[in-house]
Amino acid sequence: MSKKPSATIEQKPTASSTSHSQAPINAALTQAQKIGLFSQMVRIRRFEERSHRAYTGKNAAGGANIGGFLHLYNGQEAIAVGCCSLMGKHDHVITAYRDHGHAIAVGMDTKALMAELYGKVTGCSKGKGGSMHFFSPERNYWGGHGIVGGQIPLGVGLAYGVKYKGHKGSAMAFMGDGAVNQGAVHEAYNLAALWNLPCIFVIENNGYSMGTSQARSSAGDLAKRAEGYGMAWGVCEGHDVYEVRATMDKFLNIAREECKPAVVEIRTYRYRGHSVADPDNTYRTKTEIEEYRRTKDPIQVFQTALIAEGVLSTESAEKIDEAARAEAEAAADFADASPYPTPEDIQKDVYWESDNPDQRTSQGRLFFN
Amino acid sequence: MSQLTYREAVRHALAEELTRDPNVVVMGEEVGQFQGAYKVTQGLLEKFGPKRVADTPISEAGFIGMGIGASMLGVRPVMELMFWSFYSVAFDQILNNAANVRYMSGGQINCPIVIRGPANGGTNVGATHSHTPENILAAHPGVKVVVPSTPYDAKGLLKSAIRDNDPVFFLENTVLYGEKGEVPDEEYLIPLGKADVKREGKDLTIVTYGRPVIQSLVAAELLAKEHDISVEVVDLRTIRPLDIDTVLASVRKTHRVLVVEEQKPFCGVGAQLTYMIQAEAFDDLDAPIGRLCTIDAPAIYSPPVEAEQLPNPQRILKAALALLD
Repeated sequence: MSKKPSATIEQKPTASSTSHSQAPINAALTQAQKIGLFSQMVRIRRFEERSHRAYTGKNAAGGANIGGFLHLYNGQEAIAVGCCSLMGKHDHVITAYRDHGHAIAVGMDTKALMAELYGKVTGCSKGKGGSMHFFSPERNYWGGHGIVGGQIPLGVGLAYGVKYKGHKGSAMAFMGDGAVNQGAVHEAYNLAALWNLPCIFVIENNGYSMGTSQARSSAGDLAKRAEGYGMAWGVCEGHDVYEVRATMDKFLNIAREECKPAVVEIRTYRYRGHSVADPDNTYRTKTEIEEYRRTKDPIQVFQTALIAEGVLSTESAEKIDEAARAEAEAAADFADASPYPTPEDIQKDVYWESDNPDQRTSQGRLFFN
Repeated sequence: MSQLTYREAVRHALAEELTRDPNVVVMGEEVGQFQGAYKVTQGLLEKFGPKRVADTPISEAGFIGMGIGASMLGVRPVMELMFWSFYSVAFDQILNNAANVRYMSGGQINCPIVIRGPANGGTNVGATHSHTPENILAAHPGVKVVVPSTPYDAKGLLKSAIRDNDPVFFLENTVLYGEKGEVPDEEYLIPLGKADVKREGKDLTIVTYGRPVIQSLVAAELLAKEHDISVEVVDLRTIRPLDIDTVLASVRKTHRVLVVEEQKPFCGVGAQLTYMIQAEAFDDLDAPIGRLCTIDAPAIYSPPVEAEQLPNPQRILKAALALLD
């Protein structure tokens, strides 16, 4: 069904995006590529809004469409899209539980993503992972991890693997601002710097680790902690996809060419609560959220820039938005119509060996019921 | 056949697999330049170079996590934990990431990683360095757990573990590192999940693994000589996958079972074993299943008392006699 564009898209931004549009990596973009970036951001927004509606709504049987947690990416779209647009054959991505945006940005099918949220067997993880655990190894996307900071050593391992195999590539290990105080992150920093691994640690700083503001959770500057490990670091604004790309391109090239890690803090904001279960009225004001939306909404900022460049018209932006809504709706329909896994599926995908019985080399019982 | 120590057998397995597969790397604290905290990796750095044998900082969560991430890309890391006791600082990496990532990805990913190191008491190093976490590890579907008792088993099982496409946790024993045994000169593999009857008998089955296998064999000898009791000793070798069939076959032969483990009793491997034996061979049992564990307290330091806290031949002998009373 067709719906009017939300206020988010219609509001005028005051922050403009011009200074980074001429960076070589952005100047090299074709019009079609720019529209592609814009479309991806809109598709993420509409996917998230549709999944939110599904989460709060009921299915035909009166039950929940989506269980568990749902951490939405609204407001942060330019980061995943900007970073993933720079990926080459040997660049890898890993992130935490706010992982839908990255999944769409690396090219995963929104039908399979929505079906995963619905717990359906057609989901990207066959209904076994849920919202926090989207993976697509074929697209160099390694999740989707639930424990704050726990994915960062894995990201260093991806960078190690790239280097060990002699590839010119990198790993982008994404985390939120709350993750920077986890010990595993610092162990990962040390290893990446000590062993010269091509890992870019990307802090998506949306200002809140769950309900605790940065000022109440982290001492000092977040990215600057890299200095303690002799690593390069940078800070950029996350509402401007051009700025994200220009900044990340610089560090990614250093990683690929010189095998050097870096920490990049990208300042952003999330419109929804930490998760859908977050009432979002105890730690920040509605005014604060509206102010960001009004001045720095990443989709609106990019739309304005593209219209000014003559790449996009209001009408074509509208069409892209309509297509994104239709795609999200189709994803929800697909998820709704798909079957759940069966109880027989519970013990599949546990061991490589039990999934490949003809190649099994071990003996004895692997399962105990 | 050669006489090798347990330590040498592990080292030979590492060297052979490093030679065979360029994706195999050995990483851990002091594995290279220092030659291994327990000299297991002695000489490997010199032979294979720093790319294949890498010293890590004391940073278990970091380097174990790194190994798991690398294994997702097809590297086959063999990570040394100086003591398995240090698993607790890498718990999230080992048991959230390595154990779960295949499942959460719907079978798209596998982690061909081996984490190895000693897990035992008996060296008077106190409670923090004496953990035996095989029960805790094996409680996680997705992982495999191996606890070899002899040089022969250690070598053959480690080579299989390194070739395995699932995460394998390999628990050695510092007390056994210097023990010698016969090891074939030609290459061999021992499949994971295959128990080994280390001594045949007819009156009582002792089911055990790790160092208590050696102690049970001593006890069995005493029971034969001094009490005319014939004991069968079944060495599980692998905790998960579990060769329960060999255990049940022995139970059906002797009708009495003593489980011996260097574990605290609560939720130990023996708890699972005794459940399975009674569930699957109830009618074959002539007596309640006996169980001998480490005495239920943190590992005591005091050297002569620690020997009494752990299983030992005399404690095993007493427990066996009580069962046959």
